[in-house]
Amino acid sequence: MAHDSLYAAPPSGADTERPAGRLAGLRGALGTWDTAIVAALVVAVLLAGLSVQNFATGRNAQFLLLDLVPLALLALPMTLIVVTGEIDLSVASVVGLTSTLMGQLWLSSGLSLELICVLVVLIGAVLGAVNGVFITGFGLPSLAVTIGTLALYRGLSFVVLGDQAVADFPASWTAAVVRTIPGTSIPVAVVPVLLLALVFGVVLHATPVGRALYAMGNNDEAATFAGVSVARTKFWLFVVSGAVGGLVGIFWTLRYASARGDNATGLELTVVTAVLLGGVSIFGGRGGLLGVVAGVLLLGVLRNALQLADVDANALTIVTGSLLIVSVVLPNAAADLRARLHRRRRRAHLSAS
Amino acid sequence: MSLTDTGAAERVADNPPPDAGRPRRGLTERLLAVRELSLLIALAALVLVTTLRNDRFLSGQSIKDLLLGCAILVILAVGQTLVIVTRNVDLSVGSILGLVAFATGELFLAAPGTPWPVALLVGVALGALCGVVNGGLIAVARVPALVITLGTLYAFRGVDYYWAAGRQINAADMPRSFLRLGNQTVLGVPVLFLVALVVVAVAGYYLRSYRSGRELYAIGSEPAAARLSGIPVGRRVFAVFVANGALAGLAGVLYAARFGTLDAAAGSGLELQVVAAAVVGGVAIFGGSGSAYGAALGAVLLTTIGSSLAVLRIDPFWQQAVVGALILAAIGLDRLLALRVAARLRGRSAHGA
Repeated sequence: MAHDSLYAAPPSGADTERPAGRLAGLRGALGTWDTAIVAALVVAVLLAGLSVQNFATGRNAQFLLLDLVPLALLALPMTLIVVTGEIDLSVASVVGLTSTLMGQLWLSSGLSLELICVLVVLIGAVLGAVNGVFITGFGLPSLAVTIGTLALYRGLSFVVLGDQAVADFPASWTAAVVRTIPGTSIPVAVVPVLLLALVFGVVLHATPVGRALYAMGNNDEAATFAGVSVARTKFWLFVVSGAVGGLVGIFWTLRYASARGDNATGLELTVVTAVLLGGVSIFGGRGGLLGVVAGVLLLGVLRNALQLADVDANALTIVTGSLLIVSVVLPNAAADLRARLHRRRRRAHLSAS
Repeated sequence: MSLTDTGAAERVADNPPPDAGRPRRGLTERLLAVRELSLLIALAALVLVTTLRNDRFLSGQSIKDLLLGCAILVILAVGQTLVIVTRNVDLSVGSILGLVAFATGELFLAAPGTPWPVALLVGVALGALCGVVNGGLIAVARVPALVITLGTLYAFRGVDYYWAAGRQINAADMPRSFLRLGNQTVLGVPVLFLVALVVVAVAGYYLRSYRSGRELYAIGSEPAAARLSGIPVGRRVFAVFVANGALAGLAGVLYAARFGTLDAAAGSGLELQVVAAAVVGGVAIFGGSGSAYGAALGAVLLTTIGSSLAVLRIDPFWQQAVVGALILAAIGLDRLLALRVAARLRGRSAHGA
């Protein structure tokens, strides 16, 4: 009886410990999750290509990919951070602040745009380092800290430019950002995204650092005892996240030829959605970069196709939300089913002894 | 700094009688009291400084505006406190508020003769229904509230947009008696604020004095331990989400009454402000501590900062940055206090042994 109610009770909050049987079940489900999300992506592309007018055109592909660049870039460090069991909600505000700083520097400093871009990425890294200091130095929860810096950085970006916009960037730069690879309709900007994705993928899946990230996500303390410098690694993750935010700030500013305080507002939630949709566990310790990239693409394809099919852009948030919910409910339900028998047996065994 | 000093002094006074029976409870209560006290001091200092600069800040009309402005945030912050105390979070409150506000307008459009208490009940019921969706999904899917409510944040907002389809509801569409609810005062105090006060008092009393209220803290401190000690964790968490949804529904109806003009974007981005109010109010983001009174004071403080910046002729663009800095300061302060308490408890147990 007591055991029954124990079973029926849902885990609340950051409930990290799980019976070994369940974990194994989840791991099994995860392998299929990557496949499932890639399959869903293929199906979505095929369906959209066949049934939605103008979807399978080069021009649409170009805009679809361009729109996804910020999301894809931000999702890379976010994946690593979520794998360690932390979260960074300040990314979109970093984009906003670096964008306005870029505008302000261009407007008043007289520096060359090349130098400004380097400075902006460095500033992004500093903003990330502030997160890192609060989280690893003072030992504060990343959720609370980055909600704070979300407001702080967004506020500062309004302080920098007010409600003004800086728009007079050289046309050669703004055109370069949206240029396509000659002979194709794939934007040039996709190349650095792919390169970065490759780097992050290799780091996460094929280096000791990546292994350490998973170890931290599963159990901070155990990782410490295993010789992983948890605090230092997490600090650098937040620095990287900030630097990538700065990069996206540059891209965003040039893509829309406009540095404004409200650039990329609310993008943080979409980034988190894409990462979770990609199969990364919010508890940390599980997930992979391939799934996340597929998740980003799936999100983009669905939204783009529905938009072309004349669905109100704002109402599309239903799709984002439902996808996120389904993506976490489905694998857990499957793992539950699979683990159920095993767990019952285990529990009966335990209570008997 | 003086705030932490107050805490230290109180604890020194508490030090001599090492009553083994209930030192922890007394200590926790003392800390909570300190937090509410420090919030009151900060609020008083803010009002004082602002009034010194412009004595109209304490005029009747200005105070009325202030109370009116914070009422909705207070109600939402109290609801959020119930959730956060159990180590969960509800990010969908802004969307629930928007949905209910629009539904209230639609109700008056469809049935102009509806008496306002009926509209109020319908709104609260709709909010509670949204809470049932949240709580149900969390219970069934066994995934963290952060993920589910992030999904429903999008889903509820999408439903709102889909329903509204770009339309706007104006004050002229709603009955006078209902709109008066939003502006009327009793003895100079806005009705909206009185409603908020009742909500704070009821939730505060419940959390402090009811068995099930205390159990929420137990769940937030350690869900596994709570489960083992026979607390129906699943039921409690579900109930908390329904209650929070109902409060967000109440806030939605009041929002409609206060602003009159409604579109599908009402309350966008409010969720982070609500979480910020609770965190500033001393509700620990990882559960187990905090009070409804503190969260309410946090909400009042955030609103007051907004109005006093305007009075102090500080660029209104600074407001969000100040809010962010305040969140960081609040959680930093909490951490500092927690470290001191931990050090003291260690000292005490060493002494006892």
